[in-house]
Amino acid sequence: MAQAHMRRAIESGVPDHKPYLHPKLLKNYGNWKYHDRPRPGVLHHVSHSSDEVWTVRAGTQRQMDVHTIRKLCDIADQFAEGHVRFTIRSNIEFMVSTEAQVAPLVAALEKNGFPVGGTGNSVSMISHTQGWLHCDIPGTDASGVVKALMDELYDEFRREEMPNRVHISTSCCEINCGGQADIAIIMQHTKPPVINHDLVANACERPTVVARCPVAAIRPALVNGKPSLEVDEKKCICCGACYPPCPPMQINDPEHSKLAIWVGGKNANARGKPTFMKMVTSGLPNNAPRWPEVAAVVKNILHVYKGDARPWERLSDWIERIGWPRFFEKTGLPFTKYLIDDWRGARANLNASTHIRF
Amino acid sequence: MAKKLHPTPNLDQLESGPWPSFVTGLKRLAADKDYVVDLLGHLEHSYQTRKGYWKGGTVGVIGYGGGVIPRFTEIKDETGKPVFPDAAEFHTIRIMPAPGMHYDTGTLRKFCDIWEKYGTGLIAMHGQSGDVMFQGATTENVQPAFDAINEMGFDLGGAGPSVRTSMSCVGAARCEQSCYDEAKAMRQVVNAFLDDLHRPALPYKFKFKFSGCPNDCMNSIQRSDMAVIGTWRDNMRTDEALAKKWFAKHGMNELVNDVVSRCPTKAMQIKETGKVRHDANISSVMLDANQALEIDNKDCVRCMHCINVMTGALATGTDKGCTILIGGKRTLKIGDLMGTVVVPFMPLQKDEDYRNLVDLAQKIIDFFAENALEHERTGEMIERIGLVNFLEGIELDIDINMVSQPRTNPYVRMDGWDDEVAKINARKAAA
Repeated sequence: MAQAHMRRAIESGVPDHKPYLHPKLLKNYGNWKYHDRPRPGVLHHVSHSSDEVWTVRAGTQRQMDVHTIRKLCDIADQFAEGHVRFTIRSNIEFMVSTEAQVAPLVAALEKNGFPVGGTGNSVSMISHTQGWLHCDIPGTDASGVVKALMDELYDEFRREEMPNRVHISTSCCEINCGGQADIAIIMQHTKPPVINHDLVANACERPTVVARCPVAAIRPALVNGKPSLEVDEKKCICCGACYPPCPPMQINDPEHSKLAIWVGGKNANARGKPTFMKMVTSGLPNNAPRWPEVAAVVKNILHVYKGDARPWERLSDWIERIGWPRFFEKTGLPFTKYLIDDWRGARANLNASTHIRF
Repeated sequence: MAKKLHPTPNLDQLESGPWPSFVTGLKRLAADKDYVVDLLGHLEHSYQTRKGYWKGGTVGVIGYGGGVIPRFTEIKDETGKPVFPDAAEFHTIRIMPAPGMHYDTGTLRKFCDIWEKYGTGLIAMHGQSGDVMFQGATTENVQPAFDAINEMGFDLGGAGPSVRTSMSCVGAARCEQSCYDEAKAMRQVVNAFLDDLHRPALPYKFKFKFSGCPNDCMNSIQRSDMAVIGTWRDNMRTDEALAKKWFAKHGMNELVNDVVSRCPTKAMQIKETGKVRHDANISSVMLDANQALEIDNKDCVRCMHCINVMTGALATGTDKGCTILIGGKRTLKIGDLMGTVVVPFMPLQKDEDYRNLVDLAQKIIDFFAENALEHERTGEMIERIGLVNFLEGIELDIDINMVSQPRTNPYVRMDGWDDEVAKINARKAAA
C-alpha cells in the first residue's frame, strides 16, 4: 500500500487523438470538402475522396452518472461504430459510415431520453458551470438552472427554426465561467459582502484581498481588537471579487443576490467582428429549483428574436439592425439607468452621433 | 444497497421534464453509494437556503502541484461535525482529454469503472476549460483514482496560476473549414509546458485555445490568453458543381439577401458570366448558365460567413495557417478583453511551422512569468505596459493589422520618429 502511494505520475500531457478517432475521420483527416445537414441534429460530411460520414448529435446533462455514460456507450456500440466525441457545449456526437444507420441511431437516442438536435440554427445546449454542486463561491446552481431551462427550450434544441444559431450560457457569479453568449444568465450581487471579522485574520491574506478589489473599496482594519478588513460600502460595486481569496467576506445572499440577463455576445468573426454581450435586465430572483422568472425573460427574448430577425442574423446582428431602443421596446424590458455603462471605456458605449431611429 | 435518501423536495422537481436530469443520475448512483446519498442531501440544503457550502483546501497527487479541486463541506452541526458525513470531502480530478474530445467506448467504460470504484460515479463531460471532470472523491481516494486514469494514458489538467488545460475544435478530423492541424498544434504547445501546467508558478492562469477557422468554435478570442485561429492568405476556392446545386435550391433572393449583402466588406458581386473579372485576386464561380459570383480576395477579411452558407461551393484557400491573438479574458479587474492580433499570419503546414508556434508561445509565457503582477492576466499586463512594449519583449515587429485604426490622441512623445522611419525603410530595402 505504501509503495503504491509512492507511484510517480507519468507526465504524458495531452494524449494523441488519433487512436480515438472514428476510422473515417482518421482516413480523411484534413481532407474534407463540404457538409450539409439532412435533418436537425444530423451532420453529413463529404471528403475530397468522396467518403461520407454522418454525425448524430444529442444533448446530455453534462454532469453524468456512470450509468448514463454506459448507456451512451451501449448505444454507440449497438447503433453506431463505437466512437463518440463531445462538443464544447456538452453535446455528444456519434459518427456512422452509412446513411442507413442514422434513423435507428436517432430512434435509440430519443427512446433513451437523449434529445437529438443542437445543430445549425437551433438553440444548443447551455454552456454552464458547477454551481452549488461543487463550486466554492457560487451564488446559484448551474446544472439545475440548465436542466430547468433546457426543459423549456427542448423543442428549440430539436428544431432548426431560429434565424441563426443561439448559444446560451449561465454563470453562478460575475467571474462568468459560462462565457460570452447570445444570451447569458449571470449572478449579480446587490449588497456588499457580509464580513465575519472573527475569521478574516486566519483565513485571508489581507494585502491580496485589498489588491483584488477593482474599485479600491477594501482596506485593512482592526475590528474588535482583531486584524480584519473593512469595506467602504459607498464605493463597493458588489462584484464579489474579494470573496474567493477571503471566504469570510460572504457575498452570496439568498435574497439580494439576483440574476441578470445579457445578450449579443458572439465569438465568431462571421459577418461582424466578435462582440461582447450587454446587460439588458437584472433583479430576477434566484428562485430555485426552476427559476421561472429567468426562464420567462429568456423565452421572451428568444420569441421576439425568432419572429423579427432575418435569416443568418445572430442576436447581435439583429439588434445592430433594429437598434437598442427597439430591442427594449419589442421585448418589453425596462431600460434603467443601471444599463448605462460607467466603467473604463464607457464613453465608447454612448451615442456620439445623431443616429437615432424615430 | 445504500442508506436511505434524505428528503429532496427541491431536487425532485428537477426530475420531471424532457431534458436529461442530472438529479435522476445522482439518485441512480445513490442507490449503491452512501456518498451520493449525502451529496444529494448537501445539494438539497443549498437549494433550500440558496447558498453554496464547499470550501477549498489542499489536496493533490504526488509530484504535481495542481489539477485537483479540493472541496470540504461547510455544513456542520453545533459540535463541528459534518451534517452529511459521507460527502464531507468532494474533490474533483481534472483530466485532459485528447484534442477534439474524441473517445472510443472502451475508454469511456474504463473511466466509469475507475470512478465507480474510487469516487461518486459522477463525471462531467466536460468542464469549461476542457477537462474531463471526475467529480467527487475523498482525499484518500484521489491518488489511487488518478493512478488508474494515468495508467490509461491520461494526465492531470491545470488549476491555479498555471498553464491550463486547452481545447481545440473538431477541426481537420471532420471539418472542411479547418485551416491547420488543430490537434497537433494543441498537443505540441501544451505538452511543451507541462511543468508550468502541473506545478502552478505563474503570476496567474494562462490559457491556450485552438480554433481551426475564424468561426472560432472554441471561443478562443475571449476565453484564452493566446488564441490560435486558423486562416488563409491566398484566394478562396470555389466548386462549380456545388455552387450550381446551391443556387438551384436557394435561388437569387437568398443569394442576395443571405450571402452577398451580408459580406462585411462588400467583397462579393453577382455578375453575368461574361463580365467576371479575371485577375490574380479574383475568385469566381458559375451559379447557372448566365450568372456568376465574383469575389475580390483583396477585400475579403476571412469572416467565414459566405463559406458557412454555401459550404463547399465556397471554401478557404490553401495557403493556410493561423492568426494569433493575445489577451482575451472576462471582466475582473479592468473590464472584458478580447484577444488582439500579435501575429496576423503564421503558416502552419510544415513541422517547422509548428515548432515556430511553440517558440512564440515560449517567449510569451516567459515574458508573462517575468513581467505580470500577481493575479494579473496577460491582457491586463499588456493594457498596463502597452502593446508596443509587449511586442518588443517577445521580439515581434509591429504590424498595422494589430490595430483597428491608427492613434487618435496626440499626447505621445515622438522624438524617435525619424529613427523608426529609417528602420522601416531599411527593412523594405532589404526585403
